[in-house]
Amino acid sequence: MNKLLLIIKREYLAKVRNKSFVIMTILSPILIVGMIVLIAYLTKVNDSDKRIVTVLNESLFFHGDFLTNNQTAYINFESLDLDEAKDSTLNLGYYGLLYIPGGPDLQSVAEQSYFYTKEAPNTLVLDQLESVFSERIRAKKLEELGVTDREYREIGSGFDLRTSTFEGEENLKGINEIKALIGGGFGYLIMMFIVIYGGFVMRSVIEEKTSRIIEIIISAVKPFHLMLGKIIGTSLAGVTQFAIWIVSASVLMVVVLSVFGIDISALEASPQLGPALPVAEGVSPTAETLQTYATELYKIPWAVLVISFVVYFILGYLIYSSIYAAIGAAVDNETDTQQFILPIILPLVLAIYIGFFSVFNNPNGPIAVGFSLFPLTSPIVMLMRLPAGIGEGGVPLWEFITSILLLVITFIGIVWLAAKIYRVGILMYGKKPSYKELFKWLRY
Amino acid sequence: MSNNKTILVAEGVTKSFGTHTALKGVSLNIPENSIYGVLGPNGAGKTTFLRIVNQITYPDSGSVFFNGERLKPEHVALIGYLPEERGLYKSMKVGEQVLYLAQLRGLQKQEAKERLKYWFERLEIGDWWNKKIQELSKGMAQKIQFIVTVLHQPKLLIFDEPFSGFDPINANIIKEEILHLKEMGASIIFSTHRMESVEELCEYIALLHQGEVILDGKLYDIKRQYKRNLYSVQLETAEGMGVITGLENKFDISAARFDEKREQLEFNVKLPNGQVSDFLSRVSSEASVTGFVETVPSANEIFIQTVQEKMGNE
Repeated sequence: MNKLLLIIKREYLAKVRNKSFVIMTILSPILIVGMIVLIAYLTKVNDSDKRIVTVLNESLFFHGDFLTNNQTAYINFESLDLDEAKDSTLNLGYYGLLYIPGGPDLQSVAEQSYFYTKEAPNTLVLDQLESVFSERIRAKKLEELGVTDREYREIGSGFDLRTSTFEGEENLKGINEIKALIGGGFGYLIMMFIVIYGGFVMRSVIEEKTSRIIEIIISAVKPFHLMLGKIIGTSLAGVTQFAIWIVSASVLMVVVLSVFGIDISALEASPQLGPALPVAEGVSPTAETLQTYATELYKIPWAVLVISFVVYFILGYLIYSSIYAAIGAAVDNETDTQQFILPIILPLVLAIYIGFFSVFNNPNGPIAVGFSLFPLTSPIVMLMRLPAGIGEGGVPLWEFITSILLLVITFIGIVWLAAKIYRVGILMYGKKPSYKELFKWLRY
Repeated sequence: MSNNKTILVAEGVTKSFGTHTALKGVSLNIPENSIYGVLGPNGAGKTTFLRIVNQITYPDSGSVFFNGERLKPEHVALIGYLPEERGLYKSMKVGEQVLYLAQLRGLQKQEAKERLKYWFERLEIGDWWNKKIQELSKGMAQKIQFIVTVLHQPKLLIFDEPFSGFDPINANIIKEEILHLKEMGASIIFSTHRMESVEELCEYIALLHQGEVILDGKLYDIKRQYKRNLYSVQLETAEGMGVITGLENKFDISAARFDEKREQLEFNVKLPNGQVSDFLSRVSSEASVTGFVETVPSANEIFIQTVQEKMGNE
């Protein structure tokens, strides 16, 4: 035990004092905040870049329908023919020309209208133009049917079916996605941690092999203790780094935001979904619904989520990092690791994709359930399901317990196998082993 | 050997890797406070045996006793090991590194510090405490490597191919330090495939061949056992080969050669027990004897002879 502590301490200090580690720790928050500020800035710049569209309207319709907004400005051409209008638009460097021919009938006028641009037009601009047309045509049809615009609005544009659980708890639309996103955040964190610090563990094992110190150490301690100490020491360094990142990035963010006065919410509402487009569906979030969402988020079993996160994090990380350690022991240098790394990255990436595509749509569907039980993906996928809670309406208790049990069994199995490969591999020099050879080592 | 106390006893140690059997029932008695050479060509199983003694790997069958007790993890504090594949953490400072490795062997930090200072002075190592291994020359790093092996004052020191990779100056320093440690009471196991390099140091040897001990015991006894009563003789005479023509009928003389310039005749003669004085009195009446030495086989020759005998028997 004493020796294990010594190893953990050495591994931790060796990692934390490493120059590139220190540089990464300091630089990353600056880079991340810098990126966010840059994106925010670019978005702002992009916003102010208005497109100017000229309109040649020969019809009796659409006068005053094209209104300048944030993204697009309209200039009306009068008493020009089409060719002259095209020339002027081009010569003046405007974005495009909307040509509406003359005619008695709105429908045929609309069908014969053209939008001329140098290249294929921007969808955003096209959408704006099309929505003006369709709005107008609808109004015309309503008029023909004798329905006023006001009556039409009263009929109702859309309908929201209210949903509820059998117990009478009201469900909120999109709440599943929001919940999965929160769980997904935790899952993503686990994946990032595994990939970054698992790699560190592997490199540290390779370093001990190439520097040939390994045999001196394992003549004093058990190889398993060395492996365990390495994994724990490295992950403690990782936790330290993550903590520094989170704290310093938040501080930096607050400072930058207050200094430059950048509105972070501008990022969330991307220009495509800007106010120019009518809200297609759903209710505009009123204070009341926001309140319900907040309540719903508050109702997420945070304690369960955080405890599960810690459990899945520790088990998942230990499983993967011991595989990383075994790989490091099996090879002589980092370039030989490629063939072994792919199979362990694969389930991680798969878990993230499954999570975002399947769990979002159907948190209790067969795929979501299957992958939240499968031990190599469960740390990520299960965390995406857990915000719905355990038990009624959430993850059935048996699934949760099975998932943890399978993970623990796998953890024991994998660590045992990895330790065997590690024990043999660290004493093998000058070999580039195949999978077949690794399998043979298990029986040594 | 039986009247000596043993530090290490191996009984029927067998170890295989997959289909390859590295050790086939190796039994050895290593006396306390001796220098014991485990000799044999590459692949004979020397390193595997040493790794078992160091509890890096474990035997499939058979057992090892250290100081009369079955080998157990606590014994690592009493054993020092310089493996064949050796090195140190390149980016770790000398002081920290040696302290870390000593603590892993069970030494207290303060104690380790003091001993390290002693060794720094003894090996004339300057102010290296805060230097990283990668800043040191190879020779300097080798000295640190040696200190790591001996700092915890082990009762048993194990050196696997100790002189490979060491420069001649360091090799000599280490040879002397090893003799000094022996005087202080330590027992030492050497392993090498270059048998001539340790012959002068070892009191005992064991010859390993394809995982088996084919010969072991006191080096002096083995040599005596393997001597072929062959003597090399040097005579001062002007008569040349004529001197030995009379002797050749009675004695088995070979490799005779005459140096005219120096008027020197050299030859080998095989003298079974009891014939030495007879031969000497005869030859000294013919010419003046300037040299008469018994040719003792080297460990290498003994090894080759034993292997050949063994192969012949099979």
